[in-house]
Amino acid sequence: MKKTILVAMLVLGLVATTGADGTVLLNAAGATFPYPIYSKWFDVYHSAHSNVQINYQSIGSGGGIRQLQAGTVDFGASDGPMTDEQLSQSKVKILHFPTVLGAVVPTYNIPGVSGELNFTQQAIAGIYLGKITKWNDPEIVKANSGVKLPNDDIVVVHRSDGSGTSYIFTDFLSKVSPEWKSKVGTNTSVNWPVGLGGKGNEGVTGLVKQTPDAIGYIELIYAVQNNIPFGKVQNAAGKFLKADLAGVTAAAAGAAKDMPADFRVSITNAPGATAYPISSFTWLLIPAQIPDANKRAAIKDFLAWMLKDGQNYNEALSYAKLPAPVVAKEQKAIALIQ
Amino acid sequence: MATSATTMDNAAPPESGLRAFVHKLRNGDEVAHIITLIFAATILLITSLLVYELWINSSLSRSKFGLMFFFTRVWDPVSGDFGALPFIYGTLVTAVVSLAIAVPLGLAAAIFLAELAPRRLSDAIAFLIDLLAAVPSVIYGLLGIFIVVPLMRTTIGPLLKHTLGFLPLFSGPNYGVGFLTAGIVLAIMVVPFIISVSREVLLTVPREQREAAQGLGATRWESTWQVVVPWARTGIMGSVFLALARALGETMAVTMVIGNDPKIATSLFAPGYTIAAVIANEFTEATGNLYLNALIELGLVLFLMTFILNGLARLLIVATERGGGRPA
Repeated sequence: MKKTILVAMLVLGLVATTGADGTVLLNAAGATFPYPIYSKWFDVYHSAHSNVQINYQSIGSGGGIRQLQAGTVDFGASDGPMTDEQLSQSKVKILHFPTVLGAVVPTYNIPGVSGELNFTQQAIAGIYLGKITKWNDPEIVKANSGVKLPNDDIVVVHRSDGSGTSYIFTDFLSKVSPEWKSKVGTNTSVNWPVGLGGKGNEGVTGLVKQTPDAIGYIELIYAVQNNIPFGKVQNAAGKFLKADLAGVTAAAAGAAKDMPADFRVSITNAPGATAYPISSFTWLLIPAQIPDANKRAAIKDFLAWMLKDGQNYNEALSYAKLPAPVVAKEQKAIALIQ
Repeated sequence: MATSATTMDNAAPPESGLRAFVHKLRNGDEVAHIITLIFAATILLITSLLVYELWINSSLSRSKFGLMFFFTRVWDPVSGDFGALPFIYGTLVTAVVSLAIAVPLGLAAAIFLAELAPRRLSDAIAFLIDLLAAVPSVIYGLLGIFIVVPLMRTTIGPLLKHTLGFLPLFSGPNYGVGFLTAGIVLAIMVVPFIISVSREVLLTVPREQREAAQGLGATRWESTWQVVVPWARTGIMGSVFLALARALGETMAVTMVIGNDPKIATSLFAPGYTIAAVIANEFTEATGNLYLNALIELGLVLFLMTFILNGLARLLIVATERGGGRPA
C-alpha cells in the first residue's frame, strides 16, 4: 500500500514538475541552519533563471536525509555528513557538496566579569564533562590572568533539541578530549553528562542570560545578529581566537589539503594559526544519478552558480564563504552527477 | 421492489439480506441510527489506527529493548541505548505537582463563582476564564520563561529552601527551571478547565439541596462543603481528570521551563524531562531508525499512561458514585 502511494506521488510529482513549457520544479528539504542563505540563493537564482523553481523546506537535517532516502525530494541538506551506514541504506549514491560554513561560540554570564574570557580546549571539555565545576578552576584561571573569577558553581547549558550546532560542538569536543569521545560522542543529540537544555539558540541564550554563572554555546550568526557577547577559544595552534567569518574560512582552507574526495570531512580543530576551531561545513546532498534530464541540468547549473556567484551573498547574512581550494574541488565534482 | 406481501406470500422466497436491509431503511430512525453509528465507529477507527501506527513504527526499539525500556534510565542517541524511565518520571511528577496546585485553587475559585459571587460577576469572570483556556500553550511557555523562572530563582526558591529546605523535595541547587517551575506553569494552564467545568457542575446542584441543608441549621460554608460539593463530586472529578489529561500531554510550555535534562532527582528544584518535551525536541533531527523508533515508542508509552490514568479515573468515579452523591 505504501509503495503504491509513493509511486503514485512520484509519478504525479514528475508530471507536475516538468511542465510542457520547460519549468523545472525542484523539491528540497533539510537543515535549518543554512535556511536563510538557501532561501536567498534560491530566490536570486529563480530571478535569473525564471524557469527553475526550487522549493526548500527546513525540516531538520534528519528529516532531509530521510526524505532523500525515501525519494520524496530531489536533493537534501544536512549540517552533519551522512554516516557510512546511512549511505549504504540509500538506494542511490549520494554526493555531498559543502555550501557555507558555520561556527559555534561560547557565551557566558558571570557576575562581575564583563570582558572576553579565553577558553582553552581542555577547559571547555572539562566544563561540559562536569569535571570542572567552579569558575575559578585553575584551567580557566590560567588563561585569563587579570580577570577576577568567582568561586561559583558553573551552570552548564546545552541544546535540548537535536541540531547541527550541537553536532559541530560535540565534534570539536570529541577531537580535543578522548574522554568525551568515548563517554559521549558526536551527534546532533547526545547524552549530556551535565547541564540544562534550552530549545534552540534562543533557548540557550535565554537560559544563559537569566542564570548567573551560566555558560552555553550558540551559533556565531545568532550571536552576531543579536549582539550577544561571547568568548575566545584556543585553536590547535594554541592561539585564542574570537570567532569571525575570516577565521571560519581559514579553518576550511586549513582542512582543504587533506579533504577526502567526497567532502565528508570535519573541520573542527583545524590546523592553522588563524583557523577558528569550532567551525563546520553544511552540505547539500545530491543524488549521483538523476534520471530527469531537465532536473539534472538545473541542479548542476545551480551548483555551479552557487560556488561562484552564490558565495557573494554569504557575508551579508553572516555566513562564511567557502575557501578557494574547496570551491575548485567542488566544481570538478559537479561532473560526477550523471 | 416488487414485494407485495398480500399476493406473493406463499410462493415468494424469503427476502434476501440486502433487500430486507434496504426495506428497513425506509424508516428515518434507522438511517439516523446507521449514520451516527458510522461516525462513532470512525472515532474508534482513528484511535485504533493511531495505536497501530505507533506500534508498527516502534517495532525496532520494542524488539531491541523489550520491557526493559520502561526501567532503563539512559537516553543515549550516540550509542543507541534508550530508556523511558526519566521521561515517565518527569511526566508524572509535573502532572502531580500541577494538580496539587491547580485543584485546590480551581475548586476554591469555582465554589466562589458558583455559590458566593453575584450572578453577573460570576458570569463575567467565567467568560474570562474560558478565554484563558483558549490561550495557546506557547504563550504560557513565554510567561513561564520571563516571569515564573526568574521568580522561582530569586524569590520562591530561596523562600522554600529557607522554610522547607530540610525536606529532600526542596534540596539541591535552584536554577529557576525544573520540575516545580514546570508544575507551576502547568497549574496555570489547567486551572481554567477545573474552574470552568466545576462551576458549571456546581450551578446544576438543585436549590433544594442547599435550602434543605440551611433549613437543618448548616452555615453557608457547611452547606456548600458538606452538601453541594459532594453532590457535584462526579463532575468535579471529571474536570480534574480533564486537567490531568492536558497536563500529561503539554509540550511547548513544559519544554521551555523544565530544564530538559533526562535525569531522575528527588528534588523539585532539579531539571527534568517529559515524554512530550523530548519528542518535540528530538523528533525532527532524529537520524537513524532505532532513534526514531525509540521516540515513537515513547509516544506509545504516553498513550498507554493516558489510557491507564483515564481508566483509573473511570473506576474512581464509579466507586464514589456508589458511595453517595448524585444518584447515578
